[in-house]
Amino acid sequence: MKQFFSFIKKEFAHVFRDRKTLVMLFGFPIVQIVLFGFALTNELKNANIAVVDNARDVASQQIIDKMEGSKFFNVQKSLMTPSQIDAAFKEGKIKLAVVFPPNFNQDLLHLNKASIQVIADASDPNTAAQLSNYISTIVADYQAQIAPTMKVPYTIIPEVRMLYNPDLKGAPNFVPGVMAMVLLLVCVMMTSVSIVREKEMGTMEILLVSPVKPLMVIIAKAIPYLVLSLVNLCVILLLSVYALDLPIKGSVVLLFAESTLLIITALALGLLISTITSSQQSAMFASMLGMMLPTMLLSGYMFPIENMPVVLQVISNIVPARWYYVIVKAVMLKGLGFASVWKETVILAGMAVFFTALSLRNFKIRLE
Amino acid sequence: MNAITLNSITKTYSKGTILAVDDVSFSVEKGEIFGLIGPDGAGKSTIFRLLTTLLLPDKGTGTVGGLDMVKDFKAIRGIVGYMPGRFSLYQDLTVEENLNFFATVFNTTIEENYNLIKDIYVQIEPFKDRRAGKLSGGMKQKLALCCALIHKPEVLFLDEPTTGVDVVSRREFWEMLKRLKAQGITILVSTSYMDEATMCDRIALMLGGKILSVASPEDTIKAYPEQLYAVKSNSIYHLLLDLRKYEGTINCYTFGEYLHLSITNNEQEVRKYLQEKGHTDVEFKAIVPTVEDCFIRLLKHRDDERNSNKN
Repeated sequence: MKQFFSFIKKEFAHVFRDRKTLVMLFGFPIVQIVLFGFALTNELKNANIAVVDNARDVASQQIIDKMEGSKFFNVQKSLMTPSQIDAAFKEGKIKLAVVFPPNFNQDLLHLNKASIQVIADASDPNTAAQLSNYISTIVADYQAQIAPTMKVPYTIIPEVRMLYNPDLKGAPNFVPGVMAMVLLLVCVMMTSVSIVREKEMGTMEILLVSPVKPLMVIIAKAIPYLVLSLVNLCVILLLSVYALDLPIKGSVVLLFAESTLLIITALALGLLISTITSSQQSAMFASMLGMMLPTMLLSGYMFPIENMPVVLQVISNIVPARWYYVIVKAVMLKGLGFASVWKETVILAGMAVFFTALSLRNFKIRLE
Repeated sequence: MNAITLNSITKTYSKGTILAVDDVSFSVEKGEIFGLIGPDGAGKSTIFRLLTTLLLPDKGTGTVGGLDMVKDFKAIRGIVGYMPGRFSLYQDLTVEENLNFFATVFNTTIEENYNLIKDIYVQIEPFKDRRAGKLSGGMKQKLALCCALIHKPEVLFLDEPTTGVDVVSRREFWEMLKRLKAQGITILVSTSYMDEATMCDRIALMLGGKILSVASPEDTIKAYPEQLYAVKSNSIYHLLLDLRKYEGTINCYTFGEYLHLSITNNEQEVRKYLQEKGHTDVEFKAIVPTVEDCFIRLLKHRDDERNSNKN
């Protein structure tokens, strides 16, 4: 037991004396949360749009007022010719243009039918779709306002409710994703690099020629990173609760238990990488490539799994982050209990056992 | 009982394409300082790794402390101390932390075996709070020796412990090994410095994975068949060329400021030959060969054999 503790002490010393590692360990999640939370958001605010009002009547003015009142738009009113609009799009000055035809109000009142031209910059399709939706909403809103004076025979009004995330904020989507990514990356990379470093520095040679059991070396290596990852998890959760206003709806204990399961899977993966690589660089590269890409692309956090080709859907099943992502979303956002995530938990636990067994089998007790 | 035995050990790397150790057999008695002497790539480190159970031999058997090298590897790992050729301690831990760590790894404490390392440790104790990576070469080796000794091993394996260490520290290092031997510890040590060979009880000269000879340094030197001369003249370069051309020369090579020469006929004839060649200030003296001379002779012997096989 004394052996074990002295191993753990040594491992902590390695981490705390290596400034670069320490900065990466704690800086990485904070930067990610802050970046995704405040800078890289897909919510649209203050999008520049141009309004070309050829009508200059009551109706067009009322609609423009609504647009100006919206926090989504930053309206630039100017009389523009079609070629000027074109130029403004090309220069990237505006994301969308709204053109009112002459006699807009008259057409609306007498013909019961008027049209508005909405031109959007679809080089970014998501933004274009979102902005034009906002415009449609504003127009529909105006229509409803003047409806009593108009004859609208039948109207179906869909009442849409956005569950779990009514404001369609970005945070609920990316916080679980960042959690999965940070935990996986930190654990896999740290363990693999730290074991490979012992090989590279030659200390593994001495450790092997000693009464120490390989299993103990491995567990002693894993524990400090487990602890550090849990600290990291706390930092992420505190940031998301207090800085991003994203409350944890479910049980915090369950969330930590599930996270620990992912961390163990990641540690086992890191160990596996360390048994097949022989330099710190290649270990880092393998963890980056083997973890970062699948976690980002195939966990469902950036792209919905349902939209993927069948092959990728099948591959996504072996990405631990996929299951963890589902669990965290269920517990954190929906406030569900263990009963609804037991299936994912079992899969994750199975992966942990499998990878641990595989890496222990591959762990070399000699130099070759 | 022998502390170490090797029987026809062969070890290859890269799927048998590189022959590192070629049919090597020798044994080391208990309480002996046994030296493996040879240049880089002679197979010394491989023998160390085989004996410390880090590698498996392709062929042959061996024992350490009476335990089988392959079957009883776990037991062997408990009774040996190993200091690899490369500095292999934790560079980011301090001197004291390193020593403490290795003591606990071997289920012991610094206090328990302090008497064993005391002589060495007092020299590095002033730096005990310094990180191991920041120590000088000699200090590093002393610390590594302390770490390898802390559990009072039966057999100590030191792979080139004095490489990169200054002359004074090297001398001290060997003094320590002598003291450890007095405590009954068997020491297998390798070096590429020939002058250190005389500090061993017995030495094995190694080259290209083969052992050329095993004997005490004195016997190794005694086995030198010819009289050896040290020769010097006003032009050492021309002297070397002329002596190599001379028909009675067996071998001639530079050795410090002298040429070392072994010949089939007598000294007078060589002097006459040199006079004819116009050398002045000729110094010509009979000397006792060193281990290096023995090594060079074996090297030449092997090369001659190779050439005759080719022809």
